Amino acid sequence: MTKIGLEIHCQLTKLESKLFCSCKADYRGFEPNTNICPVCVGLPGSLPRLNKKAIEKATVIAMALNCQTPQKIAFFRKNYFYPDLPKNFQITQLNIYGPTSIGQEGKISVEGKEIQIRRIQLEEDPGRLIYEGSSERTQITLVDYNRAGTPLVEIVTEPDFENPKQVRLFLNILSDLLENLGVSDPSLEGAMRADANVSIEGGSKVEIKNINSFYDLEKALHFELTRQQSLAERKIEIIQETRHWDDKRKITISARSKEEEEDYRYFLEGDIPWVKIDSKTVERLKEGMPESISSKKIRYENYGIPTQVADILSSEKYFSDFFQKYLDYSNLVINKKLGVPNNFNEIEEFDKKYHSFAKEGANIITTDLMGLLDNKEKRNASKLTAEHLSDLVNAILENKITRHSSKTVLQTMVKTGKPISEIISEFALEQVSDDAILSTMIDEVIKEESKAVEEAKLNPEAINYLVGKVMKKTKGQADPTLTLNLLKKKIS
Amino acid sequence: MNLGISALDYIEAIKNGEFTVEEFVSETFDQIKKVDGKLHAYLSLNDKALDQAKELDKKRKAKEKIGSCMGMPIAIKDNICVKGAKTTCASKMLEKYTAPFDATVIARLRKQDALFIGKTNLDEFAMGTTTEFSVYGPSKNPWNQEYVPGGSSGGSAVAVSALESVVSLGSDTGGSVRNPASFCSIVGLKPTYGLVSRYGLISYANSIEQIGPMARTVKDTAFLLNVISGIDPNDNTTIDNHGEDYLKNIDSGIDGKKIGIISEMVGKGTDNTVSSATKKALAKFEDLGAKCEEIPIDMVDYSVASYYTITSTEAGSNLARYDNLRYGFDFDLEGYEFNSYISKARRSFGPEVTRRLIIGGFVPSAGHAGKYFLKALKVKSRLTKEINAAFKKVDFLVAPTVPILPFKFGEKLDDPVAMFLIDFNTVTANLTGKPAISVPFEISNGLPIGIQIIADSMQEKSLFQAAYALESTTNLPKVPL
Ligand SMILES: [Zn+2]
Repeated sequence: MTKIGLEIHCQLTKLESKLFCSCKADYRGFEPNTNICPVCVGLPGSLPRLNKKAIEKATVIAMALNCQTPQKIAFFRKNYFYPDLPKNFQITQLNIYGPTSIGQEGKISVEGKEIQIRRIQLEEDPGRLIYEGSSERTQITLVDYNRAGTPLVEIVTEPDFENPKQVRLFLNILSDLLENLGVSDPSLEGAMRADANVSIEGGSKVEIKNINSFYDLEKALHFELTRQQSLAERKIEIIQETRHWDDKRKITISARSKEEEEDYRYFLEGDIPWVKIDSKTVERLKEGMPESISSKKIRYENYGIPTQVADILSSEKYFSDFFQKYLDYSNLVINKKLGVPNNFNEIEEFDKKYHSFAKEGANIITTDLMGLLDNKEKRNASKLTAEHLSDLVNAILENKITRHSSKTVLQTMVKTGKPISEIISEFALEQVSDDAILSTMIDEVIKEESKAVEEAKLNPEAINYLVGKVMKKTKGQADPTLTLNLLKKKIS
Repeated sequence: MNLGISALDYIEAIKNGEFTVEEFVSETFDQIKKVDGKLHAYLSLNDKALDQAKELDKKRKAKEKIGSCMGMPIAIKDNICVKGAKTTCASKMLEKYTAPFDATVIARLRKQDALFIGKTNLDEFAMGTTTEFSVYGPSKNPWNQEYVPGGSSGGSAVAVSALESVVSLGSDTGGSVRNPASFCSIVGLKPTYGLVSRYGLISYANSIEQIGPMARTVKDTAFLLNVISGIDPNDNTTIDNHGEDYLKNIDSGIDGKKIGIISEMVGKGTDNTVSSATKKALAKFEDLGAKCEEIPIDMVDYSVASYYTITSTEAGSNLARYDNLRYGFDFDLEGYEFNSYISKARRSFGPEVTRRLIIGGFVPSAGHAGKYFLKALKVKSRLTKEINAAFKKVDFLVAPTVPILPFKFGEKLDDPVAMFLIDFNTVTANLTGKPAISVPFEISNGLPIGIQIIADSMQEKSLFQAAYALESTTNLPKVPL
């Protein structure tokens, strides 16, 4: 049986500062070696200063992954020489003296399959190596310590995955979850990385390292599985080893054996005393945790939002946050309109209205807005507010504009931030529901489409063709129900 | 002018206008010029000290308030960072290193207007007990220049002893403050672990070492501790002492106190002269109203082995950063593959550091940790239990600071094990985190002997009271300069 396990590294990019100093946790956009201080470059005499916020965020992750969180956590030194590691040891966590890492034994469900989390640990990210030079002979290596000391959470799973597809689904769920918790922005380059271990029936475990993106991870897994299967078919032993993913050639390569023998000489980091996480803190963190994706989804479904829509909306933090703001504002609007409900009937009426706002809003966000704002730049540039969307939905629900023209309104709102009234008059989008005007238009269509009219008399289905023609004439602004009724009257 | 006055007397004299800061500092530099060519207490001097002294005098003249140290000259061991000053650890590795920030203790002294005279000699990275492992050559004992001054804070002890500074700071990982204090006949304190911030102290064995004050009198030592101690956000291991004043009631005496003599520390291996001095000290304690009894602490016999295993392990990690990539000495790294560059650059460590790094690579390694490193940790925790139990019975533990007299240069250089045993009486305080002080007690045939008093954690105040009481019974000759 195929077994795949993962070690996922996730940077806590939403933190203000690094794990042991006050340099910025999000180092992106700095000139090389400018987001540094004596502590994160490990100058002689410097000492780590533990960022308590990092402990809290990591604990929140552990709780969200259903892990047990210990009452006391400890840090250890992992000793090895590498130029991106300023102290030539990494401060990390370990469970050799009992469960002292930030979380253990969690689980997460992927389409009904339970994936066990072995442990979660908090550690510091090393710096970055940048290779320059065209050939191996002329190659030089530059070191940028801006990243050194960035808080990193490592999530280690049991080898519970049976195929690369499960891995992909898991990583999608995990990155949505981390984003929803407000601890990390997984879309930032390098914010989430993963190593994997892979084995097939009868073979030893092979570790794959150096994978830079989740996209490459899936490729690496496919390659490695194929490699192991072909060895097995040829009855060649699959040895336990570490292999590196070669980004350019898209293959895994055996790492030098020296690396496997590496002995990290772990021992307790004496500069950081054990940290107590008391039950009060745990309670406070639990209370402060944002609503989980799955409970959001259930709530959306209770509004009558279709499962598929609820699924998409709940897992995209940017849009579900926006949706919530929209709901809160719409709540006020409905209250204004209906008055605060104070009996059962009024509550029912209120809910009905609220649900139709929810359904219409969710619909617009998932079908139109997600397409309009499909990247960060567009989201930052967008002028759309929750109030805008609520006004728009209100106009639709009150038949002031058609769903068809709502697209134009939305686009304009995103671009200009103008209020709905201005946009409607500017584009003359007011729905044509004036009987007289509509009647003239329909007469024109009946004259032009005599053949279709005859057909419609015999086959009631064919009348839709004529409704379409009227719509075209009114540039989509005709009230569809009214048009149908008028047409039916005139034909018969 | 008497350069040999205590820090507190110096401060009084400045207050009374007996001399100016400039006069005192200038004379101190004259003394350094006169004796340091032979004694080699300093590795570098602060060339701005005289200007800073003038500045303080100006402020005093203008009736501006200045800090409690009043320009008191202080020498700093060269493994403590002073902003803008070379900080070499007496190693080739940091030959060109200038510290870009002040250690917390330095910042606190600066705030109180202490004057930094210079950086003092030590065994490379504070590993040694004689200063013979300084890459810049050893310091000499002012009492007899053929003898070692002790170590590793040898330079700091010599500077105070030879009137080249009023006080100094050392660091104590296994006796490095107390040992040279004893050999040079001055007072040296190893504070409770966590009482003094280590921020800016270049780590050797970070889980047990402390910066410690070195001075001519117990009172000066207490005064210095007042300035440098207390919680520090830059060192997560520091403890809040709520601004304790260690000078207050220092003369309370030790009437009715109980003193335990650690049997293992006065037994075989102890020099006869040292033994009889210790007996005399105990008699003095009894005269002062204390009750003395012998207390065996079994784990002491394993303390040195445990100490070297733990310190080597931590040194192996703490000194790993010296790869000469970011700072260090002149060495062109271009053209090397990383691993070969590292091993080449790291060959610049001296023999003792190299020896401990090799041990430190071995004892905690997979397959050996259980036999060595983890066992050493077990000894440490059992020793702590035994010492804690002892402090349930007595107020202080007493032993000679060093079991032997100061010895001649080269005498033990080729015998690392003999060198290690010099630490036999001092490492216990480090392994257990307890405060310990060395008080000069006797000069025997021209060689100093110090008595060590150990107290329970955070009991520095009563420790000073005991030390002050013992000091009051002595009348020692002046250093023969
Ligand atoms: Zn920093």
